Amino acid sequence: MGAISFARLLRLRGAVKVVAAAGVSFLLANALVANALVADVLVADALAEEGTEIKTEIKTGAQNWQTGFSAPASPVARQSFEFHDNLLQPIIVFICLFVFLLGGFICWRFAEKRNPTPSRTTHHSKLEVVWTLVPVAILVVLFVPSFNIMRAIEDVSEADLTVKATGHQWYWSYEYPDHDGLAFDSNLLTEDELKDKSKRLLQTDNALVLPVGSKVRVLVTATDVLHSWAVPRFGVKIDAVPGRLNETWLTADEKGVYYGFCTELCGAGHAYMPIEVHIVSKAEFVIWLRKAKERFATKSQPDLLADLLAARTDSAQQ
Amino acid sequence: MASTTINSKKKAAKQKTTAPAQTEHRPYGIGRWLFATNHKDIGTMYMVFAITAGLIGGGLSVLMRLELQQPGVQYFLGAGDPDGHMWNVFITAHGLIMIFFTVMPALIGGFGNWFIPLMIGAPDMAFPRLNNISFWLLVPAFVLLLTSLFVGGAGTGWTLYPPLSGTIGHANPSVDLAIVSMHLAGASSILGAINFIVTIFNMRAPGMTLRVMPLFAWSVLITAFLLVMTMPIFGGAITMLLADRNFATAFFVPEGGGDPLLFQHLFWFFGHPEVYIMILPAFGIISHIVSTFSRKPIFGYLGMVSAMVAIGFLGCIVWAHHMFTVGMGFAIKLYFSVGTMIIAVPTGIKIFSWLATMWGGSIRFSVPLLWALGFIGLFTIGGVTGVVLALGGIDVQLHDTYYVVGHFHYVLSLGSVFAIFGAFYYWFTKMSSCVIPEWAGRLHFWTTFIGVNVTFFPMHFLGLAGMPRRYIDYNEAYAGWNSVASFGSYLSATSTLFFVVVVVVVLLRGKKKVADNYWGAGATTLEWTVSTPPPFHSFSKPPRISR
Repeated sequence: MGAISFARLLRLRGAVKVVAAAGVSFLLANALVANALVADVLVADALAEEGTEIKTEIKTGAQNWQTGFSAPASPVARQSFEFHDNLLQPIIVFICLFVFLLGGFICWRFAEKRNPTPSRTTHHSKLEVVWTLVPVAILVVLFVPSFNIMRAIEDVSEADLTVKATGHQWYWSYEYPDHDGLAFDSNLLTEDELKDKSKRLLQTDNALVLPVGSKVRVLVTATDVLHSWAVPRFGVKIDAVPGRLNETWLTADEKGVYYGFCTELCGAGHAYMPIEVHIVSKAEFVIWLRKAKERFATKSQPDLLADLLAARTDSAQQ
Repeated sequence: MASTTINSKKKAAKQKTTAPAQTEHRPYGIGRWLFATNHKDIGTMYMVFAITAGLIGGGLSVLMRLELQQPGVQYFLGAGDPDGHMWNVFITAHGLIMIFFTVMPALIGGFGNWFIPLMIGAPDMAFPRLNNISFWLLVPAFVLLLTSLFVGGAGTGWTLYPPLSGTIGHANPSVDLAIVSMHLAGASSILGAINFIVTIFNMRAPGMTLRVMPLFAWSVLITAFLLVMTMPIFGGAITMLLADRNFATAFFVPEGGGDPLLFQHLFWFFGHPEVYIMILPAFGIISHIVSTFSRKPIFGYLGMVSAMVAIGFLGCIVWAHHMFTVGMGFAIKLYFSVGTMIIAVPTGIKIFSWLATMWGGSIRFSVPLLWALGFIGLFTIGGVTGVVLALGGIDVQLHDTYYVVGHFHYVLSLGSVFAIFGAFYYWFTKMSSCVIPEWAGRLHFWTTFIGVNVTFFPMHFLGLAGMPRRYIDYNEAYAGWNSVASFGSYLSATSTLFFVVVVVVVLLRGKKKVADNYWGAGATTLEWTVSTPPPFHSFSKPPRISR
């Protein structure tokens, strides 16, 4: 509790060193949970007890020298990426090439030495109508798929599961309101804690765990400043705004580990609050839920109390 | 039809105005600059100011690229740990300096002041003293912004979004200093804009109707309207923020019943027109350069003017496309998406009209035209990626990633800045009577052209791969293109330093005797009818624009 208000004090002073903040939260998590747990370890433990073996397929995200989107991992992402790759990008590349080639031809054909006497033409009504209407037509063609994607993103109805992501300076916390209010914090793993160094700035101590194929409604908010919850391969990005509860949804196609980022500038630790999502089978999810409730149960109550007290102290100060 | 009359009028207008006698009144010493009321002196001061600020703002970006050259934090360290706040201070200062203290002063204050009166045949701006205060407000504004760097620094991004810009994110006075700096810069812009509107409406030479007025004058007129309409909203928004920070109001504080999103709406109501404020004068300049070096009048003058008016109008009503991920309703997102896409149409008209101006021309590839051609090509890239981002469905994937950084640097850093350089090479000799060697201009152009493309093109790839903007550090998966971008920025920076050295050397070498209209028959506007350099007081008697 003392540590929490200290962290808050630091945060209010606005000059918190990233590592210090991450360290404080990490110590807290350690003290309360007894040991830091990586979600897949948790699942593996749980499954080992049940006598089954984890078969989490690790699908990696962005690759070095990548020039396009990563592989989509949800229906919305697939719809968006396919629209971009198959229609939008070809059209804009074509427009650019058309302008460059036309410009290049004009520069060659009408250079001073080839065309010493300039024409005085300044009008061509038909041409002007054409170069107004053709772009309009292209825009209409582009608008239809975009409209469908916008509508798909909007449809949060009939979700199988609801989770809530809350942005803090500088970590995410997750809640499962459908499952006895299971709640935990998700902090960046420091370089020393990483097993796989290539996952630097991506891995967290406690990942968000979701079942494959289920429609998950994600509620997003923040407690201090703006954040944004984004997982590129799910095509999800929604701002976390204090005082507002935003919602979006995702349905993961396949089991695996997916990474995302805070994408709204939130202060010194903006680059240090990644999002890690583990997609597991429905059976694994049930086991994980049971284990996670045990692990985090001790944590959630004192944490809630501490938050409440700290909030009271804050408002008293104001 | 209209355009043929333009030509005959312009030609007729090319009667030489004789330089006034040596008896002209002319202030000297520090008073000439401090109390300057001459549009040419004020324009020169704006230009020196913009170049100075540009070197500082550009320098910050090179340091940022140095940090991003490889994963891990190598330079932005505080007591051995990564200092994310210092990083945020740098990105904020880079944005604010480049927008408010480089591009706007250069295009509007610099070239606008110098050439609007000359182009419309006016002796000076309508309100010379107002013109003086417009400039001199900018200097304390810049000093305040630089001061904020030394009292903790504002690490809010140029958008100044609360709550990060509130006391919860910045308890020290840095954000207050930045806000007051923006107040002064905003007041400076509003006063300047009023001056341009009054000048252009009232002080055109007889015969120069709005239908034959040069396109640069049109572009500055529309820009001035955008400034007068939107800058006060920005002033209001940051005043509310100042009150939230210091007087316990709660406009943007959710605990007090306020809403952080209100600030975003108010900010972008100004912020989106602001990007057109930075690009419209560039459109005007490019039209002049293209027409001059094709030795052909502008194709579709009326279409060009209408396109700029349409862009200015539409630019004011599409602000929330910067906010597709904040959680707005479906219908409102739909409106802002469609509205934004429509801007592509007048923008396309401008691109095609420039190409049509060159078609059939007799093109001479002088240095200003190289910059103009660079502008047209690169602005096209920035334009089509703008359409991508306008699509509400796709923007969700790309919002706040490096794709956006790539996009707006293509339209501003490669658009506006190319137009500024083009204008500089176009008018420098007119302003100073000094001559920049052709080879130096070409070397500057090509190194900058390669440098900026190497810097900004890979950013699209990084954005598609998901790399968020405003990150001090990134996973190794983004290392490749980041290092490429960094090397590009070193090349552009070297090229810019080369440019500065060349200009200084050329100025030190002193004035040459240069023809009044040194670009030849293609240059038809009134500034080419006065001597090079122009007399301190030009058009004391208005020229007659007769048929």
